[in-house]
Amino acid sequence: MPDDIQKNTTESSDTENSAYWSANIRLIRGCLFVWFIVSFGFAIILRPLLADIKVGGSDLGFWFAQQGSILFFLVIIFFYSWRMNKIDHQFDVDDE
Amino acid sequence: MDQYLLNIIFVGLTFALYIGIAIWARAGSTSEFYTAGGGVHPVLNGMATGADWMSAASFISMAGMIAFVGYDNSTFLMGWTGGYVLLALLLAPYLRKFGKFTVPDFIGDRFYSQTARLVAVLCLIIASLTYVIGQMTGVGVAFSRFLEVDKDTGLYIGAAIVFFYAVFGGMKGITYTQVAQYCVLIFAYTVPAVFISLQLTGNPIPGLGLFSDHVQSGIPLLQKLDQVVTDLGFNSYTGHHVSTLNMFLFTMSLMIGTAGLPHVIIRFFTVPKVSDARWSAGWALVFIALLYVSAPAVGAMARLNLIDTIYPQGADAEPLAYDERPEWIKNWEVTGLLKYQDKNGDGKIQYYNDKSEEFAPIASERNWAGSELDVNRDIMVLANPEIAKLPAWVIALIAAGALAAALSTAAGLLLAISSAISHDLIKSCLKPDISEKGELKAARLAMAVSICVATYLGLNPPGFAAQTVALAFGLAAASLFPALMMGIFSKRINNHGAVAGMLTGLIFTLIYIFVYKGWLFIGSTAMLPDDADHWVMGISPLSIGTVGAVLNFIVAYVVSKLTKEPPQEIRDLVESVRTPRGVGGALNK
Repeated sequence: MPDDIQKNTTESSDTENSAYWSANIRLIRGCLFVWFIVSFGFAIILRPLLADIKVGGSDLGFWFAQQGSILFFLVIIFFYSWRMNKIDHQFDVDDE
Repeated sequence: MDQYLLNIIFVGLTFALYIGIAIWARAGSTSEFYTAGGGVHPVLNGMATGADWMSAASFISMAGMIAFVGYDNSTFLMGWTGGYVLLALLLAPYLRKFGKFTVPDFIGDRFYSQTARLVAVLCLIIASLTYVIGQMTGVGVAFSRFLEVDKDTGLYIGAAIVFFYAVFGGMKGITYTQVAQYCVLIFAYTVPAVFISLQLTGNPIPGLGLFSDHVQSGIPLLQKLDQVVTDLGFNSYTGHHVSTLNMFLFTMSLMIGTAGLPHVIIRFFTVPKVSDARWSAGWALVFIALLYVSAPAVGAMARLNLIDTIYPQGADAEPLAYDERPEWIKNWEVTGLLKYQDKNGDGKIQYYNDKSEEFAPIASERNWAGSELDVNRDIMVLANPEIAKLPAWVIALIAAGALAAALSTAAGLLLAISSAISHDLIKSCLKPDISEKGELKAARLAMAVSICVATYLGLNPPGFAAQTVALAFGLAAASLFPALMMGIFSKRINNHGAVAGMLTGLIFTLIYIFVYKGWLFIGSTAMLPDDADHWVMGISPLSIGTVGAVLNFIVAYVVSKLTKEPPQEIRDLVESVRTPRGVGGALNK
C-alpha cells in the first residue's frame, strides 16, 4: 500500500472489507446502546424515573437490576451473532 | 442416614465422576493440554465456560452478598453477565480468528513487542492469582462445612484437592469434566431454590417467586422483606443506599473485567470457527443466566428465612432462645463462620443492626446490648437449604455443587496462570528451545507455586469470596481489556502505547487497592481504612478498575499518537483478525 493513506489508518486496505467493517461497527454500536440502557440506564441511573412503574413489591428499576438486564443481555448476544453471520455471508467473508 | 455421611457420599460420587472423566481424557500433547485440540461444539463449550466462570464467588458468595445488602449489590448480577456482551461483540470472534493459544500471544504479536507480551503475562498472573485467592476462600467455606471442621483446616484440604485436580487434567480433561461440573452445580443451585420459592410464594420458578406474593402474609415478598429488615434497623432491601457513581463504576469494572479475564477468553480458542465463537459466548451466557436469575431470589428468600428463624413470632417480638437454636446454627458454629455472643446475658439471640442510630433507642428500650449473631455472608447459600428445613439430600447436593463450582474455576485459573508462565514466559521469551516435556513440567510447577501463594493469602482474605474476586476483575479490566480491544479496533495503537497503557492501568489500580486492602493483600499493612468516608470521591477499591481502564485507554492513545505508527504488516494482521474467512485450527504456529 502507498504511504499516502497513513493519515487515515483506520481505513481498510480494500474497500469491500471496509464496508464490511463499518457494517459491523454500526451493529456493535446499536447493540451496546441497548446493553447500556438496560443495565446502567434502567437499573441504576434512570431508576428514580421508573419508580412509579410497580413490579411485584418493588419497581421496574429493581426488576431490571436483578432479572431484566440479564435477559436482555442474552437477546443482544444472539441477535448480534445472527446478524453478524448474515453480514459475513453478504460480504462473502464467512468462515465456511 | 445422618447428614455428614450423606454429604460425603454425594461429594464422593461427583468427584469420582470428574476424576474418571479427567483420566479418560488425559492430555497427551501440549496443544491438547491447552485447548482440547480446537474442536469443541459451541453448546458444550458454552456449558464448560459456564462451569469455568461460575466459581465459588457466584455459587457460594454472591447470593449472600445480595441477601445482606439487597438492591445495592445487584451490581454483581449485572456485572458478571453484562461482560459477556462485550466479550461476544468486541473480543471473542477476533481472538478466535487470530488463532493462538493465549492472551499474551495476541498482545505480543499485535503490538510486535516482547515487552508488551511480558507486561501482559504480568497482568494476567496478578489478576488470576487474586482471583484464585477468592476461590480458595470459597473452597475453605465449603470444605469446612461439609467435613465439619474449622475453616482453616477446610482450606488446607481444599487446596490439596484443587492441586491434584488441576495438575492431572489438561484443558481437554477440564473441558469435559467441566460439562459434568456444570450439570452438577446448576442442579444443586436450582433444586433448593425451587423448593424454597415454592414454600414462600407457591411459585416454582425462583426468578418469578421473587416478585410474587408471600404466602404466609399475603403481601408481596419484597415488601414483606423490606418490612422485617427495617423493623430491625437495617436498610430497606429494595432501596438504593450507596453512591450512584460507585455503583456505576463497580458494575462497569466487573463487566470489562469479565471480558478481559484470560481464563474466560482462552475458552473461545477452543471452538472450530469464528461464527462459533460468537454463538459460544451466547450459549455460555444462557447457562450462566440459569443461575444468575435464581440468585437474587435465593438471596432475598434466605434473608427472610434467616430472620424468621431468629424471630419466630415476628421481627417486633421476642427472639429465639440460644438453647433452642436449630441444628444448622450448631453446625456452622463449628466452622467459626457463624458466631453467637450473649451480650446482654438473657440467653436469647438478638439479631439487628447495632450500627443504626435511629434504631439505638428501640434497642436500649428492649435491653439489647448489641447484635449477638455474626453471620459470615459466604455461608448464606450453603446454609440456605438447612435454614428452610429442606430434606437431607438437598443439603448434600448443595455441598457437592459448591465444590464443583469452586474446583472448576480454580482449575481453569491455574491452567491460565501455568500456561502464561510456561508458554508465554519461558517458551516465548526466556528459553525458546525448551522441550514439550519441559514445558509441561514448568506448567505444573507454576500451578503448585500459585496454589501455595493463594492458600496462604486465602487464610486471611481481603474480603468475602465475591469481593476478592471482584478485585481480580478490576485488575483485568484496567490492564488487559483495553489492550485487547484497542489491538482489534484501532490500527494506530502501537507497541509503546500499549505497554504504557497496560502499565498505567495495572499500577494505578493495584496501588489504589493495596492502599485500602493492604500491600500484597496483607491486611495489617493497609494505609487507610477501607470505608466510604476514606475512598477518593467515594470510589471503592472494588470499583477502581474502571478508572484504571479509562487511564489505560487515554495513555495508550496519547503515547501512540506521539510515537511512530505500527508497520504495515501489523495493519495487515489487524485486517486479517477482523475478517472471519481463512480461520485455521487453534494450533501453535
